[in-house]
Amino acid sequence: MTQQILFYAFAAVLIASALAVITLKNSVHAALSLVLTFFTAAGIWILAEAEFLGLALIVVYVGAVMVLFLFVVMMLDIKPESMREGFMRFLPAGVIVAAVMLAEMLSLIGVKTLQAVPLPENPAAAAGSNTAWLGQALFTKFLLPFEIAALILTVALIAAVTLTLRKRSGVRTQKPGLQVLVQRDERLRVVRMASETPKTGESA
Amino acid sequence: MISLAHFIVLGTVLFCISVAGIFINRKNVIVLLMAIELMLLAVNMNFVAFSRYLGDPAGQVFVFFILTVAAAESAIGLAILVVLFRNRSTINVAEIDSMKG
Repeated sequence: MTQQILFYAFAAVLIASALAVITLKNSVHAALSLVLTFFTAAGIWILAEAEFLGLALIVVYVGAVMVLFLFVVMMLDIKPESMREGFMRFLPAGVIVAAVMLAEMLSLIGVKTLQAVPLPENPAAAAGSNTAWLGQALFTKFLLPFEIAALILTVALIAAVTLTLRKRSGVRTQKPGLQVLVQRDERLRVVRMASETPKTGESA
Repeated sequence: MISLAHFIVLGTVLFCISVAGIFINRKNVIVLLMAIELMLLAVNMNFVAFSRYLGDPAGQVFVFFILTVAAAESAIGLAILVVLFRNRSTINVAEIDSMKG
């Protein structure tokens, strides 16, 4: 019973914040609503006993992706008013399409038939915890996809850096490549000269 | 007791909200990217619910991969957006039409 009340409360917050994401005027506010959406979704996943993914969603999305979003939104100088042109014009079309899609999907799902089926016992209970259950599958059956996912992240990292890297003219920077290549002869000159000794009597 | 239908209906509602968001925010690329993130969240919700319902870890492993790919996608998308803004001084979708045939 408590679970059900919690689920409905989380679902209400989730839908309200998702609506805020697409309707708010200010992009910063929209991004912050998206943070709330992800956080609430993580709560719902934890209610579904997918604890690892719920926490991963908070760490990956709220911690990394949304900070990236906020960083870009605040870095770009966008006027909120110019972004609202056509909002009212497309609003009816958007609402109609979404409502028709929702009605179609709900009729296909057949809410009545599924409502009677409660969720079975948590299958992760046998493995000890959700994390152990997931980890056992991830590192045995899905090891190759796991490695490929790591590769995808690396490629994305390099791509993002190379896309945004730019050469500026008139800026003095160190060139580590040239610094490493330097030879001793370019920097050091050994001069042969007679040794000098201080004359006695003169105080230093 | 929470049933499978609760999660599926929630995912459906979330998906429809994000479709409406793509329709009504035709100008702002950043909000379009956010709507795509919402869409992926709706799909992930279904994966989690069915994984729990069928007792199969494959669904939750797949959510894990979707999270990875979505993080890569948003990183590259935002990098493209920064380069675009630097070159054109706008992120208005209607003005980005230099590749029009």
